[in-house]
Amino acid sequence: MAGMTPNDGSVFGGGGSNAAFKKQLNKIYAWYTGGFILFVVVLGILEQMGMGRAMIGYVFLGATVLLYAGIGVMSRTNDAAEYYVAGRRVPALYNGMATGADWMSAASFIGMAGTLYLTGYGGLAFIMGWTGGYCLVALFLAPYLRKFGQFTVPDFLGARYDGNLPRFLGIVAAILCSFTYVVAQIYGVGLITTRLAGVPFELGVFLGLAGILVCSFLGGMRAVTWTQVAQYIILIIAYLIPVVWLSVKQTSFPVPQLIYGQQLEKVTAKEAELIKDPKELEVRAIFKARADALTEKLKDVPAALAADKAAAEKKVADLKAANAPADEIAAAEKALAAVPKDAEAAKKAWTAQRTGAANRSNQLANMPRHGQQFAGDPAGDEKARTAFDTSRRNFLALIFCLMVGTAALPHILMRYYTTPSVKQARESVTWSLFFIFLLYFTAPALAVLVKYEVFTVLVGTPFDKLPAWITAWAKVDAALLSVADINKDGILQLAEMTIGGDIIVLATPEIGGLPYVISGMVAAGGMAAALSTADGLLLTIANALSHDLYYKMLDPNAPASRRVLVSKILLVVVALAAAYVAAQKPADILFLVGAAFSFAAAAFFPPLVLGIFWKRATKAGACVGMILGLGITVYYMIMTQPWLRGVFNITSPVELWYGIQPISAGIFGVPLGVAAIILVSLVTPAPRQDIQELVDHVRYPTLRGDTLNTEAT
Amino acid sequence: MQLTESHKEYWSKNLRITALLLAIWFIVTFVVGFYARDLNFNFFGWPFSFWMGAQGSLVIYVLIIAYYAHYMNNLDKEYDCAEVEED
Repeated sequence: MAGMTPNDGSVFGGGGSNAAFKKQLNKIYAWYTGGFILFVVVLGILEQMGMGRAMIGYVFLGATVLLYAGIGVMSRTNDAAEYYVAGRRVPALYNGMATGADWMSAASFIGMAGTLYLTGYGGLAFIMGWTGGYCLVALFLAPYLRKFGQFTVPDFLGARYDGNLPRFLGIVAAILCSFTYVVAQIYGVGLITTRLAGVPFELGVFLGLAGILVCSFLGGMRAVTWTQVAQYIILIIAYLIPVVWLSVKQTSFPVPQLIYGQQLEKVTAKEAELIKDPKELEVRAIFKARADALTEKLKDVPAALAADKAAAEKKVADLKAANAPADEIAAAEKALAAVPKDAEAAKKAWTAQRTGAANRSNQLANMPRHGQQFAGDPAGDEKARTAFDTSRRNFLALIFCLMVGTAALPHILMRYYTTPSVKQARESVTWSLFFIFLLYFTAPALAVLVKYEVFTVLVGTPFDKLPAWITAWAKVDAALLSVADINKDGILQLAEMTIGGDIIVLATPEIGGLPYVISGMVAAGGMAAALSTADGLLLTIANALSHDLYYKMLDPNAPASRRVLVSKILLVVVALAAAYVAAQKPADILFLVGAAFSFAAAAFFPPLVLGIFWKRATKAGACVGMILGLGITVYYMIMTQPWLRGVFNITSPVELWYGIQPISAGIFGVPLGVAAIILVSLVTPAPRQDIQELVDHVRYPTLRGDTLNTEAT
Repeated sequence: MQLTESHKEYWSKNLRITALLLAIWFIVTFVVGFYARDLNFNFFGWPFSFWMGAQGSLVIYVLIIAYYAHYMNNLDKEYDCAEVEED
């Protein structure tokens, strides 16, 4: 296709052969990487010379977003093949990097190490699930979709299952999973912008949005691809440097991935100590007493509320009568104002407080032991055995959903349309997973190193000698980090500290004692991760609407330039809608990310794979399979997930099937979808001859005597 | 069009390697995951199943994909199914 690519003279459009193009790319990105490192070094020197922290934040944010925008401007295009699939000339290695950035979102960059810190072995479900899925991409999908060679995933469904209904179902599912996912990304962008530049959250959301839009709006997939490569380089450097530093600090060895096994042993030994430590037990007993007191109060809410109110009023009156100092009276008045307004509010507040206190009365601040596989005990009593089985079943189910979902998310599959050939599509999956692997096998190391630091350095430190980063982060948001001397011994116990998962990566540079410029770099890396994923997702939604719905279904005669224009307009509309939703701070954003995987797994995986590997799969089968698979997944989530139950006003008691958590609802949807496609296909007539020939066409990179050409330009 | 015997052989070889690699993928992920509590022996400091989840399985996934790409690219040439690639 390269010969037909219009050469508009820009850096990333370049004419000439693929080899020359690749050489040019190598040169550009080598200079770029060197430039970025130089930029960080210069900022580091400026910091030593007295440049302020806020200024460093602004410079990082401004420079990186301007850079992405610059790539967007250089890659602007109105050509359909360039806009939708980057001209199909992205070399395997670069497509791998772009997929890596596309794939790794704010959740991977910021959230994952935190999840591992808090849940230990259980968190490895995300590590395995989000990498092992690429085996399915490589074996079942990428090469075949590349041979098919159109623009979107619904394109394939529409052609293979011969009609607009499968295509339409594909559009609905693509939008459903991509939109829930993009909201989470924009939320992450807002969070980082707020931290880095100190602007209000809503403004941060829209600033980040501008950075996303200028890129995808001007150049579509072409601009997004080359920006994602640039973003990958930033995010991987930003992730690795602090971990390497921490590893050198703790073990004097610069490859944390090889050495953290011994740190894990030390953490495990320390855990056993902390569980028996008398001071820890003392603090936990205090929380236990608080939880018990709240349970008592919850038995008769109105009476307890009246008593609370009377006590608070009496205190204010007493202090005033005794002419106490003004600040004491103010504090007592504040306490009075904080008493819940009515029984309903009191019940809600107290229940939440009781859960919090009960959690903190558990050992190790409610974290499982880091190396322990699953909860419960297979050799224990009935209850421990059930806990073990349920925990193990959920672990495996979550891996399954994340893997199959990975192999079905449209914004990832779309990337394999952009390579020059089937051969390169296969190689490109290898590169994708390799680049993802670099971050994913570092995250568990980071979690262990931070845990070692907290357990051995922080715990046992007198309160007045705590490092500065603790107070700094506690000020940002008490939900992320808070410490309080519960048993008044002046020394920090593990149970006296609450820590949110999202802080682990962002605070690592400070924990390791690195200069602030590295913190700025890590925040810029998190920003790159969120922006690159948001770009890919927005493009998927806009393309599903403009290419599949508008062009293929509503106006098949629309000229290419109008299709691209429609896509650009939709991009802005969808982006604004997503930003609007993100600015509302929807309750359970992490759940929504997980839900996107279950949706994608149930809706896309069965019809795509069976469509390639089983010629007999029919249109009716695919439609029924998609509807049932997605339907049961959505139904199970609505019936069991607390936030969704609230939205849909479900009041019946929660009934978990086999104890499976709502996040893994796809475990029911995928098998049902497969079964439905097979059964319905067998009772409907076999697909027409030309459809069967299409299947042969996608199975062979080159088929002698094959006259089909499905590649869209 | 009619597929030749050579084409059919190419496809069945593809299916065979796909099934084999998928079996490895399944064992590494789900069988090791299922017996994680029992595979708890010390492996250079890590409990073995922890190390598998954090590193071992990831390395095997990369190798599975790399081997598949290598194998299929050769199979394409052997069965005359390779694309003419401009360089």
